[in-house]
Amino acid sequence: MAEPMRIRATMAGDVADVKVLMNHPMETGLRKDAKTGQLVPAHFIQEVTATINGATVLAAEIGGGVSKNPYLGFKVKGPTAGDKVVVNWTDNKGDKNSAEATIG
Amino acid sequence: MNALRRNVLKGAAGAGAVAVAVAAGLLKPTQAMAAWNKSAFEAKNVGDAMKGLGASSPADSKDIIIKAPDIAENGAVVPVEVTSGIAGTTSIAIIAEKNGTPLTGNYNLSGGTQGFISTRIKMGQTSLVRAVVNAGGKSYTSAKEVKVTIGGCGG
Repeated sequence: MAEPMRIRATMAGDVADVKVLMNHPMETGLRKDAKTGQLVPAHFIQEVTATINGATVLAAEIGGGVSKNPYLGFKVKGPTAGDKVVVNWTDNKGDKNSAEATIG
Repeated sequence: MNALRRNVLKGAAGAGAVAVAVAAGLLKPTQAMAAWNKSAFEAKNVGDAMKGLGASSPADSKDIIIKAPDIAENGAVVPVEVTSGIAGTTSIAIIAEKNGTPLTGNYNLSGGTQGFISTRIKMGQTSLVRAVVNAGGKSYTSAKEVKVTIGGCGG
């Protein structure tokens, strides 16, 4: 399931604007398959963490109520252009993914 | 400093009680991560979700701005932006009140992260989208109604 994740981080004044697009089906476990009528098993991202130059800036817990291919935007004051943003997620099946970008 | 400590302890005790209540019935077991706040995410109503977050009676605040469409044509993808103008905001939770499991996410901010979260959520039907903000050991809330024409939680 480790499909690519996209991160874009840009400086606006002294604030870094970070946008993350993750690839994930985000199944709640409550939805039925249209063809078989069976419940689609739950499969969603549970934890997302973001660090800038190694320091945690965001630790999110999310549930099945977040849309498929989750988008997450946040703003951090302090970093400078060239700093490294790393985003990690873990889903309810234990799958993980990580991506990094440089603030530009 | 002491007052803050007391608040933290109180919050922890509240969350513990809910975890016990949830474990006692209702919910089918799913494989959960150790740190993931299962009681809050699997709560079936707003009150329980807030208790799970340790924010059972947040104060209404005009400093929380929720940006979401008045009418969402597609409930599967509802863009929501929460901006908290409250100094010292440490976490933002986003709740879709009438969803089967209302809590969509809880975002803990640290370092220099500002009181701002932008995301996309699913909504089963027209309801209030509520943001719960924790700042300085207290919780604050605000809500905005989003009308949904096609729900996004079913098949």
